[in-house]
Amino acid sequence: MMPKSGRRFSEKIMPKRGSITRETMVNAALGLFLMALPFGALALGEPFYVSLATRMAILALAAVGLNLALGFGGLVSFGHAAFFGIGGYAAGILAVHAFNAEPLFSWPFEFSGSDRIPVVWLVAALFSGLAALAIGAISLRTSGVYFIMITLAFAQMIYYFAISWPAYGGEDGLSITVRGGFPGLNTAMPMSFFLICYALLMAALATVWRIRDSRFGAALQAARQNEVRVASTGIEPFRIRLAAFVLSGMITGVAGALFADLNRFVSPSMISWQMSGELIVLIILGGTGRLFGPVAGAILFVLLEFLLGGLTERWQLFLGLILLGVVLFARGGLIGLIAGRQRHG
Amino acid sequence: MAEPILDIRNLSKSFGALKATDGVSLDLRQGEIHALIGPNGAGKTTLIQQICGSLTQDSGSIRFLGQDIGGLGVAARARRGLGRTFQISSLAPDFSALRNVMLAVQARQGSSFRFLRNVMADTTLTEPAMNALERVGLAGRARIPAAELSHGERRQLEIAIVLASGARAFLLDEPMAGMGPEGSRTLTGFLDGLRAEAPILLVEHDMDAVFALADRISVLVYGKIIATGTVDEIRNDPAVRTAYLGEPA
Repeated sequence: MMPKSGRRFSEKIMPKRGSITRETMVNAALGLFLMALPFGALALGEPFYVSLATRMAILALAAVGLNLALGFGGLVSFGHAAFFGIGGYAAGILAVHAFNAEPLFSWPFEFSGSDRIPVVWLVAALFSGLAALAIGAISLRTSGVYFIMITLAFAQMIYYFAISWPAYGGEDGLSITVRGGFPGLNTAMPMSFFLICYALLMAALATVWRIRDSRFGAALQAARQNEVRVASTGIEPFRIRLAAFVLSGMITGVAGALFADLNRFVSPSMISWQMSGELIVLIILGGTGRLFGPVAGAILFVLLEFLLGGLTERWQLFLGLILLGVVLFARGGLIGLIAGRQRHG
Repeated sequence: MAEPILDIRNLSKSFGALKATDGVSLDLRQGEIHALIGPNGAGKTTLIQQICGSLTQDSGSIRFLGQDIGGLGVAARARRGLGRTFQISSLAPDFSALRNVMLAVQARQGSSFRFLRNVMADTTLTEPAMNALERVGLAGRARIPAAELSHGERRQLEIAIVLASGARAFLLDEPMAGMGPEGSRTLTGFLDGLRAEAPILLVEHDMDAVFALADRISVLVYGKIIATGTVDEIRNDPAVRTAYLGEPA
């Protein structure tokens, strides 16, 4: 319709590759801060802060999983605590059986649980993935408020199941006597355990970063913006969303396993709707659909919990006010505030 | 005669007592522009929706490229080659014009389950998408988010998307809507050439465009096709003049 320019369009249209954006710098700063925190704590002789940083890393990991569904896919899951809890119970159950040398099952091979963290991760990812597949396959047929409610309902079902399962502690939960082991590291050392969690968080971030910019990520994000458009180009939004939901549940599930190992305790409260809500709050605080939003959110959340929680029991009142401020005045969360609006190539 | 690309027989759809589509038969042949006109509320968009699969017909059949597609979903029909534009632009607003078109290229290649490679570095996506943008005159606006494009540019982008999707038939629902006289003229010229690529079912209110472009015209009134014919036949059809063109017979 218009005269052709004749020049190669790739030159004038594509941005310079490798250019560093402000968001990249903010992300790097957040990553470095989280890394430096436990080292600083040790240097100051405050080993307690190491476990605080570990808590940040694990909650960030759980929220990285949720962010894939909620932030990039627009799927507001109010039931991600289910996957967090399933991961936690996977760690707890495997550890208890391994500690008591009780076989978990004896067919087709005898298996007495495991206290090896990599094995626990696999089991946690497998079961939370299967749960996400079942929950997603049903929930993703709805949208909007119905999706929020149906994911909540599924999580509540699993919550009450955990409460009424006496074999694994019921309401009282399950203690893990010895934290799982990792080849070549002494996980009883808080610093070693932090490094494992941190490394896993970074690996998950790298994975989500690749996915975000891939064909799959393009379809997922487009389905969030306009489902009809995606279907009319010939891509089935349901299949894309289901795959994202499963992947999301698996990441959150592995975080749950780490959380159980950190506290050496798992209880139904990990599956409670408050936990689901906390993960959503983390993402909104940090920046919905931003790669490092969950990291920013988790750092902020745990800091507030610690600082305000030291001053008053009602610290969540102040958290509520901060959340209100973010929703009203800084829709992009902390990342949006510092790095500006999101850009999609 | 060769089988039509799109062949609709006796299609009916009711909403309660309202017969939105009432025994409609319509075909689209290779190389033609078949215009569908009718007063507001005649059921044009309802008909397009049934062809695309976003509404299910109560009865009747829809055949496309020799196969019955009446039971398929929207995405499955699009993959077979039905390229639709919307009466009100339907785009991914945060994505740039380029990425909107790239999505169609990706869908055409049938490969959305790829997780690692950066799409912006994938020339099998960017080059065809840029070509489509270039064809509709939007190449210079490729990096602008769809939400920031002007109304006319969004209409052009919709066309670029169906071009890039490799459609075997185009269903254009009022592509001229809100375009302004100059934009309409440019688009008319463009569609004129497009029919050689794939036939076009054109729903349009702009009668100048319809009379300039159409090989055949079907007139839809209250869910029924009251006439199908060439431009001259329709112009001189007394029933059409009464029912639609607003002139006494």
